[in-house]
Amino acid sequence: MTGPISDVTVLDLTNHITGPYATKLLGDFGANVIKVERPGGDLARRLGPFLDDQKHPERSGTFFFFNTNKRSIVIDLEREEGRSVLGRLMDRADVVVESFRPGVLDDLGVGWDFVHARKPSLPLVSISNFGQESPYRDYKGSELVLYGFAGEMYSMGVAEREPVKMYGTAALVQSGAAAATAIFGAVMVGRMQGVGQHVDFSIADSHLCGADRRHVSPIAFEFSGRRTPRAPAEARAVLAGVYPCQDGFVEFSAAGLRIDRLAAMLGNPDWLADPKWFRQAAFLDPDLAAEFEGHFYAWLMDHSKREIWSRARGARVLCGPLFTTEEIFEDPHFRDRGFWVTANHAEMGAVEMPGRPFIMGDTPWELRRPAPLLAEHTLEILEEAGYTDVEIRALVASGAVEAR
Amino acid sequence: MANLPLDGIRVIDLCVVWAGPFATLLLGDLGAEVIKPENPFLMQPMTRGTIARPSKELAARLPPAAGGYPNNDPGPRPWNYNPTFVQLYRNKKSFSVDLTRPEGMDIFARLVAKSDVVIENNATETMEKLGITYEWLKSLNDDIIMVRIPAYGSNGPYAQARALGVHLESVMGHTLLRGYRDLDPSYNRAIFSGDYLAGAQAALAVMMAVWHRNATGRGQLIELGQAENASAMLAQAFMDFTLNGREQERLGNRSIYGEAPCGVYPCLSSGTAEECGDRWIAITVTDDDEWKALCGVMGDPAWAADPSLAKVDGRAAQQDLLDAQIAAWTASFDDYDLFHRLQAAGVPAAPVLEGSRVLDDPHVVARRIYQPQTMHGGVGTFRFLTPFYRFPESPSTVRQPPVAMGEHNEYVYREVIGVTDEEYERLRAAGHISMDFDPSIP
Repeated sequence: MTGPISDVTVLDLTNHITGPYATKLLGDFGANVIKVERPGGDLARRLGPFLDDQKHPERSGTFFFFNTNKRSIVIDLEREEGRSVLGRLMDRADVVVESFRPGVLDDLGVGWDFVHARKPSLPLVSISNFGQESPYRDYKGSELVLYGFAGEMYSMGVAEREPVKMYGTAALVQSGAAAATAIFGAVMVGRMQGVGQHVDFSIADSHLCGADRRHVSPIAFEFSGRRTPRAPAEARAVLAGVYPCQDGFVEFSAAGLRIDRLAAMLGNPDWLADPKWFRQAAFLDPDLAAEFEGHFYAWLMDHSKREIWSRARGARVLCGPLFTTEEIFEDPHFRDRGFWVTANHAEMGAVEMPGRPFIMGDTPWELRRPAPLLAEHTLEILEEAGYTDVEIRALVASGAVEAR
Repeated sequence: MANLPLDGIRVIDLCVVWAGPFATLLLGDLGAEVIKPENPFLMQPMTRGTIARPSKELAARLPPAAGGYPNNDPGPRPWNYNPTFVQLYRNKKSFSVDLTRPEGMDIFARLVAKSDVVIENNATETMEKLGITYEWLKSLNDDIIMVRIPAYGSNGPYAQARALGVHLESVMGHTLLRGYRDLDPSYNRAIFSGDYLAGAQAALAVMMAVWHRNATGRGQLIELGQAENASAMLAQAFMDFTLNGREQERLGNRSIYGEAPCGVYPCLSSGTAEECGDRWIAITVTDDDEWKALCGVMGDPAWAADPSLAKVDGRAAQQDLLDAQIAAWTASFDDYDLFHRLQAAGVPAAPVLEGSRVLDDPHVVARRIYQPQTMHGGVGTFRFLTPFYRFPESPSTVRQPPVAMGEHNEYVYREVIGVTDEEYERLRAAGHISMDFDPSIP
């Protein structure tokens, strides 16, 4: 069995996080992803964490994660012969994806007009911060800048402090998944209807329109004139949020609170048998809330996060322990399910990493190859495109392509 | 011109909360006909609110996400415009049916026979209790594609654990890795980043499964375990652990790559944070040229001339100093004014937009991201989100404004399933066909 889209070729000119995550998803499910790198390589090769903290373009954990199942060719698009190679690769591709700043591909002479003239059924998907047409078209972005502007960062955190973001590059990764649907949608229209088009994917728009709370606060305001602030640090409903316990923290939820289930989790203690707890909205009474939390904190500090979660699961209470990265790596559930995979890489050795994002019963996810070394596949990709050995040697000698 | 990629594909949407409904929203935006069966005798948790008919007074006490109804009036059918969910109802059709009764399941089975995809993300065992398994669906429609989006997967020790997105964030490590550097994680507020990621990928899974079915004639069962799925957002933390055995620390708004300065700084405020009057600008300096550009916009202050700040490693080592100096400088600027000044100089920056300000932002207006839609039931016309897909040859448009429960009863029962007039009347009399939740629902 192979991936569901093993008959699809993606010509991938993207850099950094969002574009590469989108094409990784496609590659991981079988697509032939040809990663066209500039001389020097994807910017992500300069981003850590690096193996043994040694900065080296083949030791980047960021690059490694986001570029599995791709092959790398280095083309100098500043050179005419390089652009000619790109054109030849377009002839065999089902989609071209790029994430240059708007206008750069046109300036290089290989933008939409070039793509469309070369092959009318071939779509081009351009991924950018704010889109190809916007008052902010030429503006720069970053995880923080784009999430602050387009995501629901404003109401994250506490009123006494500044808004606070998610981990790392979570928002750019989310956009990568959304971009994958745009890319594959363009492939479907191109292959099934023979119509190519230039798709404008804006990272900002994918957050303004995404299901990460930013779809809620503007419409609540539009409806009612009510705004969504950050709540003060002390203003928190019973069970809504993170609580300390014996060996760390656990997260509960006030949503769907059921006192009978809560009692079962706590071992049906005598103090919780009093009918006062079973009245509707009992926890909205500040005295009762304080009395409950007094008992609850004591119980939490008596139990480990794994014990608490186990009892919560048994009682069907919404709960999750705050695991460290190591605890997740070692956790039996994800081990049992075969979530982790090991990739063998020429420079980094055996690297264990998160595996499939989802399971397709008939067409499984596969780690067919680790992230590519820079220019690792230049020669074979050129051969597949029909170049002769003599032509390839000339291209390498001219600097239009780089091989290893 | 061309058709949308999923034109002609019919999707049955049994989804709740956000992850599943976001998936079907994208599928609808991409051209699929998405049909939601909804039970008028059961308010599915977190699909159209938690209380069917809140009073005006209760709505006013709830946070805006739950109680911010149109014109502050829950009206006769508040479930059709709950702010937490209403933006996920675009480009979907809704019909009502009680799946807990045999004749309701018969209707559902007849719909399955005429559909391509069934997608669900309910609490574990909900589908099993109804008898909706992949095997049963396949017996009705041999090449059906089924997508299940459980929290932890269908097997393993946590298969039965209940979870919302926020619990998955905790289990996968996100909650320990995000938040204020100087405060413990109990100051973290709930986020639901996994719903976005899982929803988008479930949509991708459906598209690839349709592609595969077109080629082979075979449908399949897809399982998207949300916890596993969320791991991509924590990729660098996992890679640091696997490569270096390191547990990363909480960095707040700072960059995991040591880009500095990287933070959120105060601007001129029109009021307090409690009244949403505070203003902030996000700035990330990703290289040494951008640092020089920032210094220029700041007027090249003496403190910034320190040569140790010229290189990224030096700045990364002095972030407390940078943050304090930059915050003192930004505090006297309007956030949009500073945004344009910084970007004009080549420095990545943007205001941290409070939700109400999104609607009138020049980018949002220029790209027509929010457009007026008239809601069912005479509630009024409001600006709603539109699809983010920009396909010039196969435009993704709003074919259906946020759908009311049961709005497509006539269409689904008569045209899609093909019930007789007699059947329709019988089902209506039995309460299956309605645009209202049963009065017994609180």
